[in-house]
Amino acid sequence: MTDNTAGPDHITGPTPDNALRDADRAAAGGPMLAADGTPLKKSLARALRRQKLRALGLIAPLLIFVLITFVIPIGDMLLRSIKNDIVADTLPRTVQSLSDWDAEAQDLPGEDVWTDFYIDMWFAAERKEHTRLGTRLNYELTGVSSLFRKTGRRVDRFDTDIYTDQFIALDPGWEEPQTWAAMLGDGPASDVLPLTAGAWEDWKAFNVEEGDKVLEEDVPDLMYTALYHELSQGADVSGLSDRLAAAGEAVGGFETVSLREQFADADEDWLDPEVWQIIQLYSPRVTPGYFANAADMQVTPDGVEARPENQRIYGMLFQRTLFMSLMITGSCILLGYPVAWLLANLPMRTANLLMILVLLPFWTSLLVRTSAWKVMLQQQGVINDVLVWLGLVADDARLTMINNQFGTIVAMTHILLPFMILPMYSVMQTIPPSYLRAAKSLGATNWTAFWRVYFPQSVPGIGAGSILVFILAIGYYITPEIVGGNTGTFISNRIAYHISSSLNWGLAAALGSILLVVVLVLYWAYDKIVGIDNVKLG
Amino acid sequence: MKLIKTLMTTTAVTVVAGAVSAQEMADDMTIVSWGGAYQNSQLKAYVEPYQEMNPDVNVVWDESSNEAVAKLRAMNEAGNITWDLVDVVAADAIRLCDEGLAMEYEPDELLAEGDDGTSAEDDFGDLIVSDCFIPQIVYSTTAAYRADLLPDGAEAPDSICAFFDTETYPGKRALERRPINNMEWALLCDGVAKDEIYDVLATEEGQQQALDKLDTIKDETVWWSAAAEPPQLLADGEVVMASSYNGRWFSAIEEQGQDFEMLWDAQVFDLDGWIIPTGLSEERLARVKDFVKFATDTQRLADQAKYISYGPARQSSAPLVGQHAELGIDMAPHMPTDPENAKNTFVYNYEFWADYRDDIDAKFQSWLAQ
Repeated sequence: MTDNTAGPDHITGPTPDNALRDADRAAAGGPMLAADGTPLKKSLARALRRQKLRALGLIAPLLIFVLITFVIPIGDMLLRSIKNDIVADTLPRTVQSLSDWDAEAQDLPGEDVWTDFYIDMWFAAERKEHTRLGTRLNYELTGVSSLFRKTGRRVDRFDTDIYTDQFIALDPGWEEPQTWAAMLGDGPASDVLPLTAGAWEDWKAFNVEEGDKVLEEDVPDLMYTALYHELSQGADVSGLSDRLAAAGEAVGGFETVSLREQFADADEDWLDPEVWQIIQLYSPRVTPGYFANAADMQVTPDGVEARPENQRIYGMLFQRTLFMSLMITGSCILLGYPVAWLLANLPMRTANLLMILVLLPFWTSLLVRTSAWKVMLQQQGVINDVLVWLGLVADDARLTMINNQFGTIVAMTHILLPFMILPMYSVMQTIPPSYLRAAKSLGATNWTAFWRVYFPQSVPGIGAGSILVFILAIGYYITPEIVGGNTGTFISNRIAYHISSSLNWGLAAALGSILLVVVLVLYWAYDKIVGIDNVKLG
Repeated sequence: MKLIKTLMTTTAVTVVAGAVSAQEMADDMTIVSWGGAYQNSQLKAYVEPYQEMNPDVNVVWDESSNEAVAKLRAMNEAGNITWDLVDVVAADAIRLCDEGLAMEYEPDELLAEGDDGTSAEDDFGDLIVSDCFIPQIVYSTTAAYRADLLPDGAEAPDSICAFFDTETYPGKRALERRPINNMEWALLCDGVAKDEIYDVLATEEGQQQALDKLDTIKDETVWWSAAAEPPQLLADGEVVMASSYNGRWFSAIEEQGQDFEMLWDAQVFDLDGWIIPTGLSEERLARVKDFVKFATDTQRLADQAKYISYGPARQSSAPLVGQHAELGIDMAPHMPTDPENAKNTFVYNYEFWADYRDDIDAKFQSWLAQ
């Protein structure tokens, strides 16, 4: 232990820290030396360091285990709530050229963007990455998924082959991959024609991935399109090579094809500025989008704004989860306290028997217990049948006790009750019965003796049980799923849906992060109000 | 010299042997399926006959089809694919294909041609809804009701709209807790023409119209999330009518002798089939391909219908569908594709739901929670 943690000023005696301090004081009047002649301060510091290292070495296996199996995976999962690499990775050129497009103007982006987008889409479609991107953007704008899928099927059949034909007609050399490789190798051409050179690099990389040789493959249409685009924009190729110079002069007379129309032909939704707004909005590698979504809001070009009323669910679900977890904790305290008291005060043999009854549900499958509650509580179930038989409830007005909040609270209270009883019991066992007797002998009534003497001593047990039950309840998933119906499901059910069904892991991570923060804040509040030292687990 | 020669020959032989064994097929195969009666039908119809022919092959089942998409994605990120063949519904196959997690295949290369000589591509026809999806069966989401729980004098329901007619058919109903199918049925019963349903559902107003229609029975509906629930709810008398998969109804009615009646009207056809995960080693891939070719041939698909009432995905299998293996009843009338049952049907609109699923689901869940 060092200064930071143990408060050494309160410890007197020959601790290493105190010795260091003594050495400091002595140093004022000249260095104090150890037996081997090194300054005492140094030698002590070395001893201390060695001790710390040894301590670290001892806990290292556990530390590494916790890091690898707990901290890193959770951290990674939480990072997904803001990570958004997919747009920038799949459409690198588009993202760049779209960054100066004015989304407010409601105009479609210019031909530069369309050319970049064509090249990006072509590679994405070849690598089968466009559908994944479509799924990602579909979370933000309905319809993008099929837009990308449809376009991906069409993009290598665009009419851009007219550029290919015209370049080759101009000079058959353009058909040879060697021409391109020589032209776009290290040389001035790649500086003058950055787009073409970049596309060529990607094409080479793509061939390496596929295990093909770039010099044996046909040059794809997109290369000619990129070159045409740059030449027609007036790239200065006069001093480079005759072939290029000739092409530069000829492109003015080329027959052209509008990429914008090609895309619109594949799907007219490309003419909807909203699609481009979404691409632009989600270009950055870090996005607040998932968190906004988790808070029932959405990111728009004008900033974050609330979702339409009929799509808001998460705020309500968080509230409901907290409220119901509190209800469950409360009912566990009410039901558990007397049982724990009985357990602690009955003779050993009876207490043991009772203990087995408390633990019995622990040994039964969660699903079985939940399904048992279904049988008990449903409208044609045991309780309703008994009530009808007793004449307390009319046959056509059977109580609804399952598939709602009531059913969830009942079933979860039952399932979580042992977690409340056990810490309470272990605390109550340590309260000597003589205290109650002493209180009574001093004139206290039963109630006063309990409330003023016994209860305060049992609070640590209640605290421990409450924390356990509440934190377990807030993340509960399977019971609400089975008996929750519409009004009894928790936020964790939505998290599970987004993990396993909708595959929107970013949103699930954002919801999970919020849940984690809520729990930490509540824990902090609990510490402030009750004090975490007042918790005893056994 | 001789020694060197011998050494070289042995090395060459070893190298060749190594190369040959790389072409060989793995002996272990992990198949992912749904468990229960369905997995059993696959075991009886495909796996057991295959193992008879290849006694060395060891098959491990994993009942994870429910969460196959999420688990495959996780495996892919971890770089360790432990599954060889995964049984998924078509919508999931499309998503796995979109994510690059399922392998694209050539129907005519991978699959055997039909008994009647039609090419695999023609034999499966439109049912190959994705480049990665190897169709196996056609099933449907359809309804059943308890005749004995209907009020006296009420006619037996013959339309899906009975779900929305709480006056004639009082009592609770059970529907799946998701928008798919329910929204279509709601619009159909709200007077929207069948071929316009998806156009209407693509609009805000249409979605609201469907939710408004569902709102009329919201308090009377038990929403289920596992397909095993509705037969149970119906058997307990908790509800008077319910939706579920037709195979579940068959097993409740014929195998367990429950007194339910089928309501085939507006049943929604869906497909279930295999996908092969991407990233398998050569050996494993070779084994899986061999198995899939066998398991999807005409006879095998027809055999599966002996154990469960799902229609084979091959046209050439249809005439071969015979009797239930244990009950000995004719299976044809229990198939969703039987002409008597298929008078009014929907086909799951994969493209539509791939686009609108997130949007409509948010609205549906928000509506449910209110």
